Amino acid sequence: MTDEKPFLDIRNAKKSYGKLEVLKDISLRVNRGQIVAIIGPSGSGKSTLLRAINDLDPLTAGEVWLEDVQINKKLPHRQYEKHINQVRQNIGMVFQHFNLFPHLSVRENVTLAPKMLKGLSDDEAEELAREQLEKVGMIDRIDYYPSRLSGGQKQRVAIARALAMKPKVMLFDEATSALDPELVEEVNLVMKKLAEEHMTMVIVTHEMGFAESVCDRVLFMDQGVVVEEGPPEKIFRNPDNERTQNFLRKHLANANR
Amino acid sequence: MDVDLMMRVYPFFLKAAVVTIELSVLTTILGLIMGSLGAAARLSRFAALRWIGAAYVSVIRGTPALIQLFILYFGGPQIGIQLDAFSAGVIGLGVNIGAYMTETIRGAIIAIDKGQREAARTLGMSQVQSFRKVVLPQAARLMIRPLGVNINALIKGTALVAPISVIELTYTAQRYIGSTYKPFEMFLLAGVLYMVIIYVTGRGIAWLDRRARIV
Amino acid sequence: MGLDFSVVPKFLDIILLGVLWTIGITAGAAILSFFGGIFFAVIALYTHWIIRLPFRLFEWLFMGTPLLLQLFLIYFGLVQVGIDLPAFVAGVIGLGLHFAVYNSELIQTAIVAVDRGQMEAARTLGLSRGQALRKVVVPQAVRDVIPPIGNNMIALLKDSALVSVIGVSELTLSAQRAIGRTYRPFEFYVVAAAFYYVINLGMEWVLRRIERRIQAAR
Repeated sequence: MTDEKPFLDIRNAKKSYGKLEVLKDISLRVNRGQIVAIIGPSGSGKSTLLRAINDLDPLTAGEVWLEDVQINKKLPHRQYEKHINQVRQNIGMVFQHFNLFPHLSVRENVTLAPKMLKGLSDDEAEELAREQLEKVGMIDRIDYYPSRLSGGQKQRVAIARALAMKPKVMLFDEATSALDPELVEEVNLVMKKLAEEHMTMVIVTHEMGFAESVCDRVLFMDQGVVVEEGPPEKIFRNPDNERTQNFLRKHLANANR
Repeated sequence: MDVDLMMRVYPFFLKAAVVTIELSVLTTILGLIMGSLGAAARLSRFAALRWIGAAYVSVIRGTPALIQLFILYFGGPQIGIQLDAFSAGVIGLGVNIGAYMTETIRGAIIAIDKGQREAARTLGMSQVQSFRKVVLPQAARLMIRPLGVNINALIKGTALVAPISVIELTYTAQRYIGSTYKPFEMFLLAGVLYMVIIYVTGRGIAWLDRRARIV
Repeated sequence: MGLDFSVVPKFLDIILLGVLWTIGITAGAAILSFFGGIFFAVIALYTHWIIRLPFRLFEWLFMGTPLLLQLFLIYFGLVQVGIDLPAFVAGVIGLGLHFAVYNSELIQTAIVAVDRGQMEAARTLGLSRGQALRKVVVPQAVRDVIPPIGNNMIALLKDSALVSVIGVSELTLSAQRAIGRTYRPFEFYVVAAAFYYVINLGMEWVLRRIERRIQAAR
């Protein structure tokens, strides 16, 4: 691993709901251009960790930094709102259930935030939308409404929507879990393309094969702690920890059924 | 706020509230009768009855209650119907709310699964028996709440008889606004009494609804 | 004394003018009640309880008392505090506020029903809460709520007859004027009722069409 200054830095993250500890002192450093996958059983805290990065689920303790800005700064409400809205423009997020805006066309979904927040003109926004939709292969659906798209198509538009803000980091929260199996691949291809462009990404996923093929590093989480982390070949082929071995064995058995 | 004045006039408002309650009770009774007849007509086997039921609902719900009241009270004598204001109020409002209750009752009846009726018929019950013993008891439970909404609207609707000079709450408030120039105080007096009536009625309906559910 | 509709045509101009005023007052109050409803709903859902409290009180008062009483309050109450509004304006405000309260209930339910993920997605793009509400959540809620609000607007048309009592020269008062000159209440109230019925049918027709388009767009 390089000793380059980390790009995204999570320090001693803790999160609890009442007595229930969901994250127990987790630290994670991601370098620029790195792709990190987080795997683990459901309820392991992996989504919570991801959603803490852009402060959707604020941490109970710990710090999150992007370059030299602390994301989860304690600020008075108004200042915090201003700060977090600024920060989130740099962090793209893709959800399991797409969360496309159903009352807006594909074009409007992609251009809404750039126009509102970056003051892009109609022409500039149109160009931006075309560029991003081209990238995810959805340019021919630019005038459609989300209700007329398949799940895979929706997710590709959701990725374009996030990319249109030119984020420094992309977060993927089980982006393919809600898709029918035959639609998973088209979304994976888009994510691979981003990987080739050296987009910094943090990916929560159930797709072990995909994680192995694109990621630089894999974290296995269970019960709120990082049980094991390392390069994918190590984690998937030769894990040290017994819990990792068990999880992967079960997962493989399920996948092959 | 002129509390002294309010203390002086509130007995008149209380008396007026009694009239509002009388109007509400009688209108509810007439409304339920009209609503049951209307629903029976709309669900009838005979096309003519269905048509009459539909026309009743459409015309009454399609025109202002105030106009209906005026036609009855002011226009009535021209066609030989001479009513005092209070009776005209009860009949006009009752026929009006009856159209809304028709739809409530009909809605509850058609919400009962067709399977219920079929099951009763296969046991050998007649059409009337299966309706009385199987469909209606279930529908009655379903219609308590929406009828409560109708009755809530009806209580506020009794204010419409103020323009034909029935001395109920709104008429009284209007009178005293005119003579005292204290609209807020008079509104408050009448408003509180309306809300008490509506609140108590609402509790009563909620109680009925709960009881019907346990049975 | 029998019925005689032959006197009606002579007063048709007054009646038709009344129809126009009725349409005008219904439209004005409908617009006010729509935006007022959104405003009240957002206040009820997203503001501090100190701000919310007076609105709750207002809502409670307006839902628990007759519209006619409210019209008297607004018309005479404003005069008392020195604001002398034309009856038409007082009527629009009274009807508009009354129905805004009912619309607010509908809109609140619809806003709450908009998927939480929508707000999240908007926030992760960097939109503020206000922006997300305005551009993402409220437009979706409004679409869901158009059919029931349409029904409220049809009720509003019929309740607009009440503003005749505070002296707005709409259809009902026009009929009364004609009656004052002819003493033929039955004929003119029936004619007025017929006009209300036709406007009502027209509104229902438009609403059904809008509903069908919303269905199709889904």
